[in-house]
Formats: sequence, C-alpha cells, structure tokens
Amino acid sequence: MLTDATADKIRCDACPVMCYIKPGAAGACDRYANHDGELVRVDPHIVLQRTVSHGGRLVPFQAVGDWDGKIVHEPDVFVTAIGAGTTYPDYKPAPFIVSSEIDGIDMVTVVTEGIFSYCGVKVKIDTDRYLGPETAAVRAQGEAIGHVTTSEYGSQMLSLGGVHHLTGGSKKEGRVTCDALMDLSNCKPVELTIDGGATVVVQAGHPPIVNGVAEERMRVGCGSATIGMFAKQWHGKVDEVVVVDDHITGVLSEHQAGKLLDIADSGIKMKGRRSTPGRYFQVAEPGTGWGGTMISDPLSVLGPFDPRTARPGMTLLMVSTTGEHAAYYVLDGSLKPVERPMPAELRQSVERIQENCEPALCTVLFMGGAGGSLRAGVTDNPVRLTRSVKDALTRVTSGGAPVYVWPGGGITFMVDVTRLPAGAFGYVPTPALVAPIEFTLRLSDYAALGGHMDHVRPLASLKDHTEIRPRPTPSGSGPRP
Amino acid sequence: MTRTPQIGFLPDGRRLHLQDGPIDLIVEAHGSGNQVRTAYRAAMQRFAGLLDELCAELPALRRAADSRACALRGVVARRMHEAVAPFADDEFITPMAAVAGAVAEEILGAMVESAPLDRAYVNNGGDIALHLADGEHFTVGLVDRPDRQGLLRTALIAAEDPARGIATSGRHGRSFSLGIADAVTVLARTASLADAAATVIANAVDLPGHPGVVRCPAQDLQPDSDLGPRLVTCDVADLSARAIETALEAGCRRARELLAAGLIDGAALCLQGETVVVAAGGIAAFAPGRALRNRTGVEAMHG
Repeated sequence: MLTDATADKIRCDACPVMCYIKPGAAGACDRYANHDGELVRVDPHIVLQRTVSHGGRLVPFQAVGDWDGKIVHEPDVFVTAIGAGTTYPDYKPAPFIVSSEIDGIDMVTVVTEGIFSYCGVKVKIDTDRYLGPETAAVRAQGEAIGHVTTSEYGSQMLSLGGVHHLTGGSKKEGRVTCDALMDLSNCKPVELTIDGGATVVVQAGHPPIVNGVAEERMRVGCGSATIGMFAKQWHGKVDEVVVVDDHITGVLSEHQAGKLLDIADSGIKMKGRRSTPGRYFQVAEPGTGWGGTMISDPLSVLGPFDPRTARPGMTLLMVSTTGEHAAYYVLDGSLKPVERPMPAELRQSVERIQENCEPALCTVLFMGGAGGSLRAGVTDNPVRLTRSVKDALTRVTSGGAPVYVWPGGGITFMVDVTRLPAGAFGYVPTPALVAPIEFTLRLSDYAALGGHMDHVRPLASLKDHTEIRPRPTPSGSGPRP
Repeated sequence: MTRTPQIGFLPDGRRLHLQDGPIDLIVEAHGSGNQVRTAYRAAMQRFAGLLDELCAELPALRRAADSRACALRGVVARRMHEAVAPFADDEFITPMAAVAGAVAEEILGAMVESAPLDRAYVNNGGDIALHLADGEHFTVGLVDRPDRQGLLRTALIAAEDPARGIATSGRHGRSFSLGIADAVTVLARTASLADAAATVIANAVDLPGHPGVVRCPAQDLQPDSDLGPRLVTCDVADLSARAIETALEAGCRRARELLAAGLIDGAALCLQGETVVVAAGGIAAFAPGRALRNRTGVEAMHG
C-alpha cells in the first residue's frame, strides 16, 4: 500500500490496476478497501468448522495430543488459511491474525496462504511392480517433473517438484510441474511416465494404476520372506515352491525354512544369482509381470531339473509375492513341468498370501518450507518464529491438518494431502504452489517474538466478515491441531 | 510478482473459478472429461498474465474511444475498442465499457480453440460469453438487483440464435452508470459488444434534471475512474409510474436504434420493478422468470 501524499486516498498495489481508493471505498476488485487509511482485504476466507462426517456432531477442538494452549473450544471453529490470500511485498502482515479469548488465555492464529516456489511432493506407491530405474526422470505431459528415488519397504518412491523443476527449467516444465503438484496435492489423479519404465496414474488415497492396470495389493513380503511365512502351510502338500519376486526370489527346498522342515531337494535349477541358500537375486529383468519381473511365463526363470535328484510326478507351485499370479505344475517323464489344475489346499495358500497383502495405495505428502517472506508476514523478527516452532511454542498446521516439521534449520514441513479440505491448494503463475499454513501460539508468546500486534483481530470480528463453512472431517482423520 | 491470481474450482467441483485483481470469472464447459480438462487448462493458461496485458495499456483504455483510429496493441484491448467504436461517434465511451465482456470472450476463445466442446460459458461478473455446439442451448436467468434474491426473467439461447454474448449494466454493479436503470441486460453477437451496448442503453435510461436522482462526479467516488468528472448516479428516490415509464422509454429508444443497426439481438430494461423488453420478432428471449432461484447470473440447465 502506498499512501498518496496529497490526499487521504491510498493506492492499492495488490494488482497491476493500482487503484486509488478513497476512505471507506473499495478498489475495482471489491476485494481490497481503504479502511481508515489502511488497505484491508474484504472478501471472505474460509473458516473451517469441523464436523464429523457422519451425523455432523461437533467434536472437541483438540481430539488428542498434549497441546494445552486452547484456542477455541466451543463452537468448534478453526480458522484456516484457505482463501486468506497473500500480500506482497514481504513485510505486510499476514491477511488474518486472529485472536480468541477463551478461559482467560489469549491465543492467536496467524493465517496466511504461503506461496511455495521451492515445494514438492513425495509420493509413495504401494507396488512391487517395476516402475523404473532409480534416479530416472518422472514426466507429466512429457516434461520432467521429478525422479524415481530409493524404494522403501514394499513401495516405490517418487520425489517430484522442487526448485529445479519449478523454476530452473523451461517455462513449460515449470508450469507442468506446478500443475502436477497442485493436482496431486488436491487429491486428483495425475498420469506420470517414467523414463525406461512404466506409466502410472497416481492419486492420493487411491490404488496406483500401472500401465493401465489398477494395483490391488502390496506384496506380503519379498519372495524369501514369503517362503518363511508359508513354508509350514506348504509342507507335505507340494514338493517344491518358488516365490517369484523382482527383488529376492525364494525356493522352498533350498531355503532355511524348508531345511528346518526337512523338505527334500527337488533338483530345481534357478536362473539368476544365488544370494544365500534358497534366495536368488535377478531371476529376471524388472517389469510389470509376475512378482515385479517382466516375465509372463514363470517357467522361464527355471533351468532344467537335475535328473539325479528330480523324478517324474514331482509337484511344483509357483506364486508371486502378492498371490496375484500362481500356477501348479507336475514334472512329466522327461522332467519337464506341465501345468495342471491347482489342488484346493494349495489354492487356499495362494489366497492366504493375497489376504495378507494390504490394499495398495498412493500416498502424497506435500513438502514445503516457510521461508523468510512468509515468516515476515507473521512477525517482525522471522527467525524467532522458527525458534518458537522448534521450541514447540508455536504449532504449525496446513489447512487445519497436522504437519511434520523437519528438525534442523528453517520451517520445513510435510503434510498428508488427504488431511486437508478439498481444493486447499492453488497456484500462481510464477510458477509456484499456494498452500495454506497456520501458526498458532499464545498471544503473549506472539508479542514476544515480534508479532504484528496491531493486526490481531478477535475471532468474533472475523466471523462477521467471513464465510463460515461447516466441513466434514476429511477421511483419515486423527489428531487435529 | 506483485500479486497472486487465484485459480481453483468452486465447491461443486465442476465450475472453474479464476480471479486476478478485479477480474473474477466463473467458467464451465460441457463435453467429454478430457475435452473439459483440456479446455480448463487452456482457460487457465490464457488467464495467466491477461491482467498485466490490459494494465500495460490502461491509460489508453481509459480514454474516450475514437471510432476511426485505434492505437491499442493487445488483442483484448483491441476487441474492447472494436466493441465500443460503433457508439463512439454519438457519445462519450471508453474501451473500459467492454472490458468484462472482452475478457470473457478471450478466455472462451482459448477454450473452444483447445478442444471441441458441447457447451461452455465464461461468466465475468455477469458479462457472459457463450459457446454452443449444434443442438445445444443455455437458459440464462436475469436479475435486476444483484444485491437481492430472485430471478426476474429467463432467456433461452439456442445454437441457432445469433447471440453468443450476454451482459448486464446498471447502477448497482461494480462500475458506475450515467443512467438510473437498475439493470439492462443485452443479448448480442459477442460478449464485448453486449457489454458496451448494455452500458450505452443503461446510460440512456434516465430522467435528466429529476430531483429524485442524486449524482456526483465519478472521480469523487473512484479517483481513477475512466468517467472522470462526469456525473454518475448515486441514488434514486422512489419514482412515480409516469417517471419510470418516461425513463424506460428513453432507454428503449436507444435499444431499438441498436437493434435496427444490428448491434444487439435483444435487451431487457429494468427500473424499480418495471421491466420492458426490446427484441426482434421471433426471438424467444426474456420469458418471465419462474421460481426464484439464487442470484447466479447463469443458470445452466442440463439437457
């Protein structure tokens, strides 16, 4: 806001129209107004009133946790930053600094919509199917928006966004990255292609769709672990079991679990590199076939049976780590496995593997940092805000959802996007994402860290001018701020 | 960056909401899922930076238009000029009189170019650009007082009708009026032309010298208004039936001129509860309003 030297009107710099606004009047947008010489934002922002999704019953503000600095107990109103808007340059106070006096404790929630140009999302995809090599580029609409990172237990991980893709590449790369991040953060499906790998449709809270096929289950464990878990159930019902897995393929008769049960050698010959007895690496190239390998015929991972040990009539079960693929074979006179209908008791064990696989989901964590400019909207001395967050005096939330704040410097946080209200994320053409972020702390602590005390507004005054939208608790609810 | 355009969906998850400074658009497209997504993406892309383009020429856009010359460069700015040029010889008018319609047209144009759509509209604060494929239609609700509830009239616009623009002007909107009409809604070939024509007709609904009409210089209300020292309507007392009729008739004369000149396809003029319609024979526009609805400018009827 610039003050006009010659009159009481002010010039609004919220947009390039640069309206002159007289006291008591609004600019051309009807969003910013001159209130006693102050530029104020007058359009509604969202006040989150949480209700239980079924029945609409109000729940206590603090469901769990040790946060005793009550903000607003009844009614259950939590002010979120969604729709709060932002102002530049940086020193302007955040659009809403709300205070509420409850039980004699003055609290403030500093509400702002942070613009995150350095943000990204971490995607966990529950699948043992091969999505692509580590560090391979992940693309949306042909533009690189991130890469495949180290896989974690039973899941493939993608790291998307970040400053390099948002602002370091071509204009289109930045825009496409921003779009993809926003869609993923708003729980919308996004199709991603991985260089040298698969095409996967990712949607937070939904199963991944790999090369057009919806993933149903996470694998129960690696092939070796599966042998260990089910050896007893197979004992006496089949002569040999191979659990096909991209990572570690397990062979019952050679595996420690089989040895302990005195399961006899079968004369089986595995392709791939033997790691320890009954555990094989690299039986096939990774892919989207059996057990995360490229194979569609499981027999292709086997060499010829050893005629000194194997005998005609021996039985063999081959199964993937999810139980999704399974086949039963009997060795013929020339020791060649021939597929036969699977006996019911083996079918049961395959179903047991399936049953022990959890539903496969995509999870999306938004990760951003509250940088200097955003903190400056909150206090005169931004580093004190960082310190108060570290000291747990200030609670950080994103659209009302709990966040994980990384230790170390700055305020870098992660939030499960399914915990935010729908449509919480927006973008600016910088390109950068706009995400809600709230800082909640005691009024006295707020003053101590150099807060914009003259901008603190009681909650009641905010309600007069803002839209209060009852919202159901998002799915996956749990501890709330 | 000096500002933050907001791009998102309305709570219904269907309609796109684009806002940047004073531009506030509600966008909806009908077609296949992919077509709609492509069109929304095109709308967002075109929206980014649009306000900057306009503001780069803002001083020129706020000056009276000359029907014979246009020094404007931007595609939207030139469309604004083109829309007001037919009126510029007769009265004071600036390209700003068509800004809302011209922006709506630009965004709609980007959408239609990007994907085949059954129907689409871009509603810029009541100034609406329409797209209709063969066999499609829109039902549009009219309001006379945006600050009150209730639908005054409805207009059915079908693909075979020439109108692809609807605009409303009056003294209750965001921009000022030289006249006293509560609302003048115009159907025209394009949204920008409808916008300019609605402004012109609303200005003509007037009672010069009437003591019940309070006026003050536009610049006293909004220091940088393109209307400068011109007197705009601040308040209108309750008028007699005779006075209402006189004022509406003045507006109707102007509307009939524009209709005869082929500049508009129809107009509804509202003043203190009285509504008159000017339309070519055969146009089924502006049927009396049915049940009261919300005050949304466009009520898109499915089917």
